[in-house]
Amino acid sequence: MNRTEPVALRVTNLTAGYGENIVLRDVGFELRAGELLAVVGPNGAGKSTLLRIVSGALTPREGEIELEGRPLAAYDRRTLARKLATVAQDNSVAFTFSVLEVVLMGRAPHLGSFHFESEHDLAVAHAALTRLGLVKLAQRPIQEISGGERKRVFLARALAQEPHVALLDEPTAFLDLRHVAEIFTRFRELCASRQLAVVATLHDLNAAALYADRVLLLKDGEAVAYGTPEEVLTADNLLKVYETPVYVGKNPANGAIAVLPAGVWRLQ
Amino acid sequence: MSEPAVASRSGAEREPGVASFDAGQFAGAHLTRARMAATLAVLGMAVIVVAVVAASFGGVHISLARALTDPLSADHAIFFGARLPRILMGAIVGAVLAAVGAALQALVRNPLAEGGILGISGGGAFGAIVALVLCSQSSGAATIVPLSAFAAALISTIVVYRLAQVAGRIEPFTLLLVGVIFNAFWGAAIMLVNSIVNFYFMHSIIFWLMGSFEAPTYREVAMVSVLGFVGFAVLIVHARDMNLLSLGDDEAADLGVEVDRVRRTIFVATSVMIGAVVSVSGIISFVGLIVPHIIRLALGADHRLLLPASILGGAGFTVAADLAARVAIAPTELPVGAITALCGAPFFVYVLRREGRKSLAS
Repeated sequence: MNRTEPVALRVTNLTAGYGENIVLRDVGFELRAGELLAVVGPNGAGKSTLLRIVSGALTPREGEIELEGRPLAAYDRRTLARKLATVAQDNSVAFTFSVLEVVLMGRAPHLGSFHFESEHDLAVAHAALTRLGLVKLAQRPIQEISGGERKRVFLARALAQEPHVALLDEPTAFLDLRHVAEIFTRFRELCASRQLAVVATLHDLNAAALYADRVLLLKDGEAVAYGTPEEVLTADNLLKVYETPVYVGKNPANGAIAVLPAGVWRLQ
Repeated sequence: MSEPAVASRSGAEREPGVASFDAGQFAGAHLTRARMAATLAVLGMAVIVVAVVAASFGGVHISLARALTDPLSADHAIFFGARLPRILMGAIVGAVLAAVGAALQALVRNPLAEGGILGISGGGAFGAIVALVLCSQSSGAATIVPLSAFAAALISTIVVYRLAQVAGRIEPFTLLLVGVIFNAFWGAAIMLVNSIVNFYFMHSIIFWLMGSFEAPTYREVAMVSVLGFVGFAVLIVHARDMNLLSLGDDEAADLGVEVDRVRRTIFVATSVMIGAVVSVSGIISFVGLIVPHIIRLALGADHRLLLPASILGGAGFTVAADLAARVAIAPTELPVGAITALCGAPFFVYVLRREGRKSLAS
């Protein structure tokens, strides 16, 4: 992998929690421009908490986060929003905005409070809709499209922000096979063409193996392994973390790591 | 903020689809300055028409032309002495109620929010009534009553807001529930005061509970207008933030909104606005609910248009409701709050059922 690009995001010795609960302990990673990091691990491992901290929604107990060489806390909200886009797991919208209006909200950090969206803003929104195959839905009310389409609308909104770093919490959890492949392909294209850095939490280990440059494997808030998919997604590591036997092989179609459950199921 | 067309960081790449981009295909799917200006102009004219009709009719029919040209005519006296202040008061009060409704709905992400339903109006009315009962003999009553209404509306907002916080975050649904409970509480407190004070205050208390524009003074109109317009400005400045808040607090913050500051600002502004309105006209319910809802259905959810359109729509609706209150069984006057509630309660049920179906469907 290309490790010569500048560091987009550096997280060191992060410890965080809610109230008494420590949810993350001493976690760190380094993300260079143009890279995609997959954060994997069982439910409750602290994946979403990690994203909330990096997005600035939650303050860590300890540790440092640097975005393009500056501490995260040194950014004001608007400047941060021009560099960092977040797509949460839940994508609800309270009122009946059109799909286009939701995507145009991604332009807000680039606009003054009295500015209307310019031709340029519309062109950026249109490009984002095009990338995610949503142009035909642009006029539709956001409430009247499917859950998978809504997820893509929110991803398009994040693209319209023109961020340097995108944080995606389970971006493909409810999508079908084709859209999972399309979305990761689109984001990989942006990694290559615009040096976009992506952090995505994932349950799908095969997607992590295929699309990520680096993988961070979490269990109970601690990093069990961090490195390339080959280094991290080993049968030993996965058995330790998921407490279930897995088979790790190579996908003959593309050479990527492939993870399959290896448990034996039979009628008693 | 002019940037080269779709600048990318690497500078070389062009987005797919930009070349074939034609802004016309998005017509109607987002708000433009031209659509906003045209819509507001039409609404503004509608308000003027309603106001002219309301000025002409009433207990007696008057000629507006004579009222404006002949300073010695009875028409002139009726117009400037009774009709004009009353129409101005109805317009500003309705405008404030609708704007506050739209803003609170954005804040709690629920189209059922409104000053009355969140208990803010009830608090204001209670403050006004207590001040009225305690200070009716003092010469400063005209100042103390509205001040007390503000203070009570503000305190009511803060308490409701605090109670609705769960682990440091506002739960919109909890906020609505706490508001409804508070509204009932203030209603009971007002009834309690009503039952222990002497008969002399009864009419005033009914006035505050039902809402009315009976004989407003120009001084009162001016006071509500000044506070109302400052409030409108504060809300409209945050119109885009309200759009972003529709996505959720974290999402709005991710898009550059300083959520806590914006929330506080909108809450203080709306409390002051409701306090001002309640102190002169009592509780006029449902305007803040119906008007933004209809505007949203007709014109879309973008708050940059929704807020000013609600201001105009609220003014027109309330002046029309007051006209109905004056002429329905003339010469006896109905309280305008009764008219708006008669329209509003069935509408509230309709919205509830519609929202319920929507949440079942999604």
